[in-house]
Amino acid sequence: MKRDKMDKIVVENLFKIFGPQPEKAMELIKKGHDKESIHEKTGMTVGVNDASFTVQAGEIFVVMGLSGSGKSTIVRMLNRLIEPTAGRVLVDGKNVTAMKPDELVRFRLHTMSMVFQSFALMPHMTVLENAAFGLELAKVDKDKRKERAIQALEQVGLEGWADSYPKELSGGMQQRVGLARGLAVDPDVLLMDEAFSALDPLIRTEMQDELVKLQEKHKRTIVFISHDLDEALRIGDRIAIMEGGRIVQVGTPEEILQNPADDYVRAFFRGVDPTNVISAGDIVRDTYPTILITKTGSLRAAHELLSSSDRDFAYAIDAQRRFLGIVSSEGIQQALENGAKDTPLSQAFIKDAHAVQIDDSMQDILPEVASWSFPVPVVNEENVYKGVVSKNRFLRTLHRTEQDRAEEDEALEARQEN
Amino acid sequence: MFEEGVIPLDIWVSRFVDWLVNNHRDVFQAIKWPIEQTLNGLDTGLNALHPVIVIAAVAIAAWRFSGFGLAIFSVVSMVFIGLLGMWADTMTTLAMVLSSVLFCCLAGIPLGILAARSERFDSVLRPVLDAMQTTPAFVYLVPIVMLFSVGNVAGVLATIVFAMPPITRLTNLGIRQVHPELVEAAQAFGATEWQVLVRVQIPLALPTILAGLNQTIMMALSMVVIAALIGAGGLGSPVILGLNTLDIGLAVVGGLGIVLIAMVLDRITQSMAQKK
Repeated sequence: MKRDKMDKIVVENLFKIFGPQPEKAMELIKKGHDKESIHEKTGMTVGVNDASFTVQAGEIFVVMGLSGSGKSTIVRMLNRLIEPTAGRVLVDGKNVTAMKPDELVRFRLHTMSMVFQSFALMPHMTVLENAAFGLELAKVDKDKRKERAIQALEQVGLEGWADSYPKELSGGMQQRVGLARGLAVDPDVLLMDEAFSALDPLIRTEMQDELVKLQEKHKRTIVFISHDLDEALRIGDRIAIMEGGRIVQVGTPEEILQNPADDYVRAFFRGVDPTNVISAGDIVRDTYPTILITKTGSLRAAHELLSSSDRDFAYAIDAQRRFLGIVSSEGIQQALENGAKDTPLSQAFIKDAHAVQIDDSMQDILPEVASWSFPVPVVNEENVYKGVVSKNRFLRTLHRTEQDRAEEDEALEARQEN
Repeated sequence: MFEEGVIPLDIWVSRFVDWLVNNHRDVFQAIKWPIEQTLNGLDTGLNALHPVIVIAAVAIAAWRFSGFGLAIFSVVSMVFIGLLGMWADTMTTLAMVLSSVLFCCLAGIPLGILAARSERFDSVLRPVLDAMQTTPAFVYLVPIVMLFSVGNVAGVLATIVFAMPPITRLTNLGIRQVHPELVEAAQAFGATEWQVLVRVQIPLALPTILAGLNQTIMMALSMVVIAALIGAGGLGSPVILGLNTLDIGLAVVGGLGIVLIAMVLDRITQSMAQKK
């Protein structure tokens, strides 16, 4: 997974207290009281409790949690639709929390736009006017505004509906308009608050794929709020999991799946098929010998290497570590006994053996792992050899996630019995 | 127990009004001036126009907002009023209703907007509006006459007091009914408070505001007879005259004129509200 490591959004110790005297609740928090006891003592609600995370430029960062976990509050503090009680939000190093009203308006006009769960389209404006809404507020002149709004509608496939009104459109189409409105201002950061949650499952998946496709064409930083784990896994480069106003874990889907921080996170991932989430790249190991072929390679040299390394297979690569083929000690031995020439090595390559991609899921590579007698080689997009996935390794990964789940089940049963 | 009044509120109020009349006459004259100008302008204007032009204008408005049926109804009603010999009185009433409704909107809509934005202002305004709507008109007719003397302008002022609450209340309601997520969306895209109000809240509240306008017009028409008590002209005066001289025929003719003009204005403004 390639990622631009530049920090786009930095959130530092962000708090939100809902209630008349947030200072009082903040003091209690500092003394170590939790959300429940603060609510009991003061009647105030801790919406977000000491959240810190960074979002990197160009990634889709999913904030996931159940309703009431504070995820919608957190996203609204990024553009200050909700004022934070304490803490800082930095975007491109600029402190959003300290902005004066006119600076904030400019920031919202040009840097950050938003897509809403309820679409929030203006019913009295046409699709085109809705798409151009942000540009109109930014006082872009009329022709330019129309041109950019049409472009945005084209991106979401709705250019034919420019003169319709939102209520004439289906839910999925309305949210496309919402997305076009967000894209038309060409923001650095797009906030999506449960943007696809109100759509039918089928349309939802379609929109998710489309978002990923748009993201491939034009990298934006997207903060996506979701309560749907499948959605988070499908589109998220990284996921933050929230519970009761706290961020419990941040990481790539694979990291979280393989190393859940606590029972809450583990419970979230119950029922997820790990083979869909864990990719070949996550479990690849460089445990087999590689044969560097500079010109043609040599059968004898390969034989030598294999017998000394105590392995049955070796993986041939070129000087740029690009994958070429696989040889087995048995195959080379046979070839030599049959009086084959020493070169080239490629005559001894196992037929029909190929490499799998680093981001293929375990599900994708299952046929290869199951049917081949040798470990499956893994390469990246440039065909560079990364290592192998053996049957053993594959099964052990499966077993471990199964075990996690079994333990979770036992714990749950024990709790129910009590 | 309470045989004798202990709190002499009646004396206080009388003294207070006397004091206002004696010391602040110029303030009330300043309030009176724009209303007087508007009313006189409309009154002379409408009466100077040829009836055919007025009827045609009303018919076109009815046709544009509603349709052919209402246009016919308006024409028939107004021709009938003219044939009853009530044309001049009807124009005066129309001028009074229009000018009081104009000032109701000028004051009432901004008040409604403020009330929608501030709970505190709303809680202060609400009892004032309640009082304006429920205080019997006779209670404030006397001070109005003392402060503004008798005539059409005093009639319009009494009408404004009574007819303003609906448009204020419904403006308030209309703006509060705009979905919060639409306001939030506008803010998220960088709208200032003024832009939120003008581009989102008012356009979306407009049907409700127009329903308030309709109510305000109806209430203004219902004040026509009471305004005639303090010397306002128009369709109210034949009714009062008929009442005082037991001339039932005259009272019915004036009353019929009010009802017909009310129906025409009601249907037109209602279809305006629905069309939005």
